[in-house]
Amino acid sequence: MSDLADLAVREAASLMRRGDVSSLEITNAVIDRAGVTESHLHAYLTFNQDAARAAAGEADAARAAGRNGGLFHGIPIALKDNLTTRGTETTAGSKILSGYVPPYSATVVNRLRDRYAVILGKTNLDEFAMGSSTENSAYGPTRNPWDTERVPGGSSGGSAAAVAVGSALAALGSDTGGSIRQPASLCGIVGVKPTYGLVSRYGLIAFASSLDQIGPFARTVGDAAGLLEAIAGHDIHDATSYRGDVPPISTALQTGVAGMKIGVVKELSGDGIDHEVAAACRAMYSKLETAGARVTEVSLPASETALSAYYLIAPAEASANLARFDGVRYGLRVDGDTTEEMMARTRAEGFGPEVARRILLGTYALSAGYYDAFYGQAQKVRTLVRRDFEAAYEDVDVLVSPTSPTTAFPIGERIADPLSMYYADVCTIASNLAGDPSGSVPISLDSAGLPIGLQIMAPALHEEQLFRVAAEVERLAEFRQRPELATSEVRPA
Amino acid sequence: MPVDIDIAKVAKLARLALSPEALAEYDSQLQDILAHAERVGALPTEGVPPTSHPLPMTNAFRPDEATDSLDREEVLEQAPDREGEYFRVPRILGE
Amino acid sequence: MRGWEAVIGIETHVELQTESKMFCGCPVRFGAEPNTTVCPVCLGLPGALPVPNEEAIERILRIGAAFECTLVEGSLFHRKNYFYPDLPKNYQITQYDLPFCIDGHLDIDVDGDELRVGITRVHMEEDTGKSIHGSESGRIHDAKFSLLDFNRAGVPLVEIVSEPDIRTPEQARAYAAELQRVVRSLGVSDARLEEGSVRFDANISVRRVGADEFGTRAEVKNMNSLRSLQRAIAYEIDRQIALIESGAAVVQDTRHWDEGSGKTTSMRSKEESEDYRYFQEPDLVPLHVDQPWRDRVFASLPELPAIRRHRITAAGVDRQAAAVMVEAGDLADLYDEAVSLGAEPRTVGNWLSGDVVAYLRRNETSLADTHLRPDHLYELATMVGEGALSSTAAKDVLARVLAGEGSPAAVAEQYDLLQISDAGALEAEVDAVLAGNPDVVAKLRAGDMKPVGFLVGQVMRATGGKADPRIVSDLIRTRAAAG
Ligand SMILES: [Mg+2]
Ligand SMILES: [Zn+2]
Repeated sequence: MSDLADLAVREAASLMRRGDVSSLEITNAVIDRAGVTESHLHAYLTFNQDAARAAAGEADAARAAGRNGGLFHGIPIALKDNLTTRGTETTAGSKILSGYVPPYSATVVNRLRDRYAVILGKTNLDEFAMGSSTENSAYGPTRNPWDTERVPGGSSGGSAAAVAVGSALAALGSDTGGSIRQPASLCGIVGVKPTYGLVSRYGLIAFASSLDQIGPFARTVGDAAGLLEAIAGHDIHDATSYRGDVPPISTALQTGVAGMKIGVVKELSGDGIDHEVAAACRAMYSKLETAGARVTEVSLPASETALSAYYLIAPAEASANLARFDGVRYGLRVDGDTTEEMMARTRAEGFGPEVARRILLGTYALSAGYYDAFYGQAQKVRTLVRRDFEAAYEDVDVLVSPTSPTTAFPIGERIADPLSMYYADVCTIASNLAGDPSGSVPISLDSAGLPIGLQIMAPALHEEQLFRVAAEVERLAEFRQRPELATSEVRPA
Repeated sequence: MPVDIDIAKVAKLARLALSPEALAEYDSQLQDILAHAERVGALPTEGVPPTSHPLPMTNAFRPDEATDSLDREEVLEQAPDREGEYFRVPRILGE
Repeated sequence: MRGWEAVIGIETHVELQTESKMFCGCPVRFGAEPNTTVCPVCLGLPGALPVPNEEAIERILRIGAAFECTLVEGSLFHRKNYFYPDLPKNYQITQYDLPFCIDGHLDIDVDGDELRVGITRVHMEEDTGKSIHGSESGRIHDAKFSLLDFNRAGVPLVEIVSEPDIRTPEQARAYAAELQRVVRSLGVSDARLEEGSVRFDANISVRRVGADEFGTRAEVKNMNSLRSLQRAIAYEIDRQIALIESGAAVVQDTRHWDEGSGKTTSMRSKEESEDYRYFQEPDLVPLHVDQPWRDRVFASLPELPAIRRHRITAAGVDRQAAAVMVEAGDLADLYDEAVSLGAEPRTVGNWLSGDVVAYLRRNETSLADTHLRPDHLYELATMVGEGALSSTAAKDVLARVLAGEGSPAAVAEQYDLLQISDAGALEAEVDAVLAGNPDVVAKLRAGDMKPVGFLVGQVMRATGGKADPRIVSDLIRTRAAAG
């Protein structure tokens, strides 16, 4: 592969360190790639090529002046459009924030800029990160690079598609119920949701505050580890941010799995899982055993109720988080005779149907008379889910399951049926409820040529265990395929 | 078991001006979702404390130090309507 | 209101004067240019997160401790959800079932009668922004639009909820005034009604004397002075009694006090009250106030106003004088310092609460801007005690010391106000007066002591008022008897 847009971050970084290639050259290659792929995919909502070239030039100048921002110095990356960026329109995929230019940047954005990363633009998402297909964007869907008639997953579908196709070397997304892992799986790349609190949420437009986490997308496990290390660590602006040290992540990548105990989640290996997906996962478990791990089956009994709990807790928090979009201080306003009318019209017009549905659901779950039966009860189930994980981690080091019950599904297939869409998160939401880290690594393609991802879950603040297994899975899977869109032969001239 | 929802009241609480048709559709969708969500009541949760926050943390504070505020023009530039240095809204019904 | 009894509870909101706001670093500054002390957090911009101000929490604990509340070991912040344009996030971060402080009380004194008012809870929340209504009256009803200033949004706000232990408008006023004194004595807020750094809302109902059940209550807001608080409550009590006596019923509602008309009017009835959908604030972690922290808070409390008044009164100072000094705070501080130097308490108390207060008022100045120091008071009181200065002359000296003319001794010297207390120096004057009034002297010798005063006056006149009258009186008695 000679195209710079196809380089892994570590390769690109070492080429730049050696002076063989500049950030500007890499950035230009990625801009060229986007020029070809964007019309097929619509991965980006905002693509700032001029700003990206300027940032690449600065990164090169800084390097020439002896400054070293680390692994991401000069690397072109993409940001999910629910990360607030000063001076760059930030919409969260919603009409209600159309034209909104924030006066501040998210902590993760500042951290990447400080390390001379090159920010290409803002990627498409399900409106306010609510969805599993990126079809809920007010600005039109993103398509799956492996089959443009299919969804890339969601809600971080734009980031996943961009990385898969080479219109970014890496990207950030956010994960509330699977929004990093599921699109990573459907797009054939690596995606990680860190431990809740490991990465600052300051500047992440909130969906469900107690579940949201920012995390990396990359084409390799090592690159995902490097990006996570670049953004993790305590932030004074986030009261829920973890105050201790960041676990040693990159150092765990070469350790292998010999002697590790891996638990296969019983509830996520049979019913409801596509048989090709289940078979691919089983094949990988055998390889892991061959590599020296002890693989056993583990039960998480409460996980079957986790989806129900999630679809009460997340909308409840969202109903309050999204109350601030009222037409008073920023974003869309639809006029009315009174402020009350203006607010209600603005919100009805500005929010798409999925967002409105979840606001209604959350408002109901919190309202007088229903709180105990719904929201209150869901929080108790959340405790049971955590206890399940704690009990499981007494016996095993990590848990594994498919990331998504199916491979990428056709655009439009589930959009009219919210419950079937919600089921796309059935494997991923338990980690969010528990607050534990988990990631998805591509392991193979199904018979339709669509990627299958394996989910690896680890105890809170034990990212090193997750990455240790992820790196081994990556070696064992030898997943080298790229979507046709990313290979120059089929690209239109 | 049908779930008891006064969808118009919920929409009012949520400040969403929805048409009667939209309300009816959301009502039926919420019925389905809540019927599924009611499963949370099936697990035995006697004496189980609720989890509101995944990490066992307490007392995350900041010191009482004044920091820079935003530039007023940059803030007001985003306002859908303004008057001088204020945000402007239509008349307010209740207090 | 014969046969009727009012039941009153007061909710107080106190703005803390910390350096920065409750959940962000914006400065807390009264009267700043509109929308200049704002940031992503207090404007509710997408993605912003709150982080609690540690000093604000320390201060609410001090307030709770001052009311002898239980400081709760594990407390939480909740979101209170309601839409209002001056509430940037459309939810208020506040406390719900686990506030910082519970079960306290405040003792008040209403014309010598002591009353203990229970404090149900003291909790922490954030203030809203301000709306300016675009109408002639400035009232919301006839406004065509409103303007919003978010400088106040996020200022730390302490809510103090009393038990319904108050029965009269006078008691309500005394409660509010004492609460202000307590808050000020803690140095956490200036608690000024005019600037809105303290706000009182009253919950009022009436019932027949002897009844156990509470009547339907109304909540009255917008009282901008202690006087209007008292008036509003009195009006509301009368209104409710009249309603019931006319056969109608009190409707539970929130009412607005209008200072001009002297009436309360309904703002909204409780039937349309919001469903606030409280839930634990997921952006914040629980609070844990451990025993050492609680002990430290109680140990750090200053002497509270009621205790200070008792102590000063016990030292011999008039109740009224003690109250005036404690109310002002700085006067009581000066009193304490002077007394600790050895000055006579009653004298100093009378000067500070009388002459000094009058001087400050006359000159529209504050104590800090005068030249009066504790050692001046000690010196002045000592001079009077030793007879070097008459109490009349002392007042003159005090005014000049306040004005910066020098120490009491220097001023008395300069204006020749020192008394002649040397008996030897006065003997000649006394003898001369006795010699000039033989018939009066005869009365004294006959045992009629009434004319002593007259003779003292003669001697005072002869000495230009500088003689110490007590010494003169003694001399007259001894010399007349001897002569
Ligand atoms: Mg309050
Ligand atoms: Zn602020």
